[in-house]
Amino acid sequence: MTLKTKTIMHDRTRSTKWPIDQSKEAMIAWLMSIPAIVLILVFLIVPFILAFYFSLTNQRLISPNPTEFTGLQNYRQLLKLRVLRLDSLIDETGQPILDEAGNVTFPLEREIIRNPDYPQYAGFQNWKSWDIGNSRYSLLAGDVVFMKSLINTLYFALVIVPGQAGLGLLLALLINQRTKGVNIFRTIYFMPVVVSIVIVSILFRFIYSGDNGLLNSVLVFISAGRFTPIDWMASTTTAMPAIMAMSAWQAVGIHMVIWLAGLQNIPHVLYEAADIDGANAIQKFRFVTWPGLHNTAVFILVTITIAALGLFTQIHVMTRGGPLDSTSTVIFQAVRRGFDMQNIAYGSTISLVFFILVLSVAMIQRYLTREKKA
Amino acid sequence: MKINKVFCSMIAMLIVFSLVLTACGTAAPNGPDTTAPDVVDETTEETVGDPSSTPITLTMWYHGAGNEVERNILLGIINDYNSSQDKYVVVVQDFPQISYNESVVAAALAGNLPDIIDVDGPVMPNWAWAGYLSPLQLSDGALDDFLPTTIGMWGGEVYSVGLWEAACALYARKSVLDAYGIRIPTLEQPWDLEEFDAALETLTASGEFDYALDLGMAWTGEWYPYGFSPFLQSFGGDIIDRSTFTTAEGVLNGPEAIAFGEWWQSLFVRGLAPGTTQDPADRDTGFIEGRYALMWNGNWAGASALEPFGDDLLILPAPDFGNGSRIGAGSWQFGISAASQHKEGATEFIEFMMQDQYLVAFSDGINNIPSTLTAAATSKNFSSGAPFEIFFDYSAAQATLRPPTPAYLTAALIFEKALADIANGADVVNTLDNATDDINADIAANGGYGFDGSVVGPSITEDAIATGR
Repeated sequence: MTLKTKTIMHDRTRSTKWPIDQSKEAMIAWLMSIPAIVLILVFLIVPFILAFYFSLTNQRLISPNPTEFTGLQNYRQLLKLRVLRLDSLIDETGQPILDEAGNVTFPLEREIIRNPDYPQYAGFQNWKSWDIGNSRYSLLAGDVVFMKSLINTLYFALVIVPGQAGLGLLLALLINQRTKGVNIFRTIYFMPVVVSIVIVSILFRFIYSGDNGLLNSVLVFISAGRFTPIDWMASTTTAMPAIMAMSAWQAVGIHMVIWLAGLQNIPHVLYEAADIDGANAIQKFRFVTWPGLHNTAVFILVTITIAALGLFTQIHVMTRGGPLDSTSTVIFQAVRRGFDMQNIAYGSTISLVFFILVLSVAMIQRYLTREKKA
Repeated sequence: MKINKVFCSMIAMLIVFSLVLTACGTAAPNGPDTTAPDVVDETTEETVGDPSSTPITLTMWYHGAGNEVERNILLGIINDYNSSQDKYVVVVQDFPQISYNESVVAAALAGNLPDIIDVDGPVMPNWAWAGYLSPLQLSDGALDDFLPTTIGMWGGEVYSVGLWEAACALYARKSVLDAYGIRIPTLEQPWDLEEFDAALETLTASGEFDYALDLGMAWTGEWYPYGFSPFLQSFGGDIIDRSTFTTAEGVLNGPEAIAFGEWWQSLFVRGLAPGTTQDPADRDTGFIEGRYALMWNGNWAGASALEPFGDDLLILPAPDFGNGSRIGAGSWQFGISAASQHKEGATEFIEFMMQDQYLVAFSDGINNIPSTLTAAATSKNFSSGAPFEIFFDYSAAQATLRPPTPAYLTAALIFEKALADIANGADVVNTLDNATDDINADIAANGGYGFDGSVVGPSITEDAIATGR
């Protein structure tokens, strides 16, 4: 087989004057890639360079004022962090003053942050405070909403990436069988993928509704009335998990299909060999299926990660970042700042930070999943 | 070698090509002012010279897509105008309200604005400042009878005019208030904070209602600043200090604003009002179905509330929290884009729309307050003795503009988020401080939006409503 192909190749190359031909071929190749190159340049590379430039200025979406170069000001505002330690209020004897409930009292934080005598704290906002002994430690940030968004985005990715990939694999294993009616299940599992995420988001807003939502009704019914209905989108603890569940349900079908393709690429003879060796189902999965899925797994890991970090549509439609920023994400903030608030410079800064985040996560994954050569 | 050369020249070509493209793209924001005028003069001269030529098309954008009644009234006016003369033909394009402002901003960036734009009153200063609205050159006396809040002013010039005004009030039922011994407030003697709060507590304690007060928290967007900033202003605070328009410090995070914030949060903590996750359907039907005792809403909701309750329906004035009873002012208005090549025609059409008969048509159709007294006198709902006449009085006595500054556009978004966060339990002082910082940062980043910090008018505690002048 191989030998034959080689001969043919050899014949073809020998019969033509190949140096000229190759340059001609290269030329055609370049010509054919022009549309792609133009599109990538115009919609990817140039906007990226522009975003980098904008992030160093005070560029507005629309403004009669000229754009000014502001250096790293936007990055500083976005990323700056500081810890503030407040000592408790003390009386003449040096004992901390207690309030009615017996707690140590502290001076008001805004009297430091908004005090011109402490310029180092100007422009900071309170992110979180901890009382340790007679001191209160506050973590201050230049842009608390962005910091919360960053944490939310990572939280979402951390749950969605293993969760959705695992669920997809499980479904793929289930439907990778030659039984009757398996196509029906394949269709059912895949169906949510073809529904637009906007429509899914609107539907789930009704399903999660606190008063008469479907989810609450079902839970009340199967618990025989013992379950107290929850307003899923109203609580800071349930809003994000609710969005995770919905996102996984909508997108798992596409990853199931990719896993399925990977499964069907594994030669059947390997399983037969394993059978002869007396391997059980778990051993077959561990030593035949899983190694055979390596490339598929890497691909799925990278694509889900990028998609999860770019979470936007569900947030935009369902919660607009609320309640109390518990579902706000990095991309949502980039759009809100850049477009809604018309601050292109700041939106660009967020986008660039997002780019670095995605790039580093993808590179770490690439390193961890590299093929180890013996 | 050869390949490299071809490759290099191709890349060079592509870079030049993409630079040209981006140059076009970035030039667009300034485009309307710089490129349009040349074309304008040519076209107008041509038409003036030759009246028999085909009519000029005036394009118009409107925010009311999906509202059949509103659309039919507008189309009726346009048909009347188109058949009244043969120089211009007006063509309207409808947008859904929720994405209207975004569409205009995008079109302004791309240099594709129509001739006639409708604009929400508080947003107008921003669009005028950004240079995509052009001042209206109406004929003398055209605005004489119009309510002051229907005339959009910026920098001493008229940029837009509204065919209607809107007003808010507390909807209630006489039978309910009587049953719980609650005094019925009047324009002269509205509820104060204690009385209003006690009424809400009483109504909640009765157990007859899901909630005592429906604020309309389901209506995200402009409703928050339009419906709720008058409460803040009635406490004595404001979104932006309107004496200078350069800061929010002290008005959005001062003691009055903090008092408002604490009260606002307590409405939801005490279960007096449904919070941010209110279902929009409940907003529409809750009061009518008797699940909410009071409803804070605009005149547009009047017709559907009058139908089931008839004479039992009360339309009560906003409470006075200390700095006068206040309601929002400034509804949708019409203006001309700076890019328009036919400003004369557009002005002519806007003046045509300003006739009393059309003001009445809009008022009768969508239950808005007509902009002139004469139109109100002949309208179905706002004439003397008509069911909603009281709205005209409320508007005249209590209407307070949202801060008329370009900074409002961003400040409104920040204010909306702050109010939602406080309703959801965020720390009041921190939230208001952060909102103040955000608004101030935006004003600073825009070079003060044309204000230099000097006093340009009365503050919210010195204006006509507060001083009773």
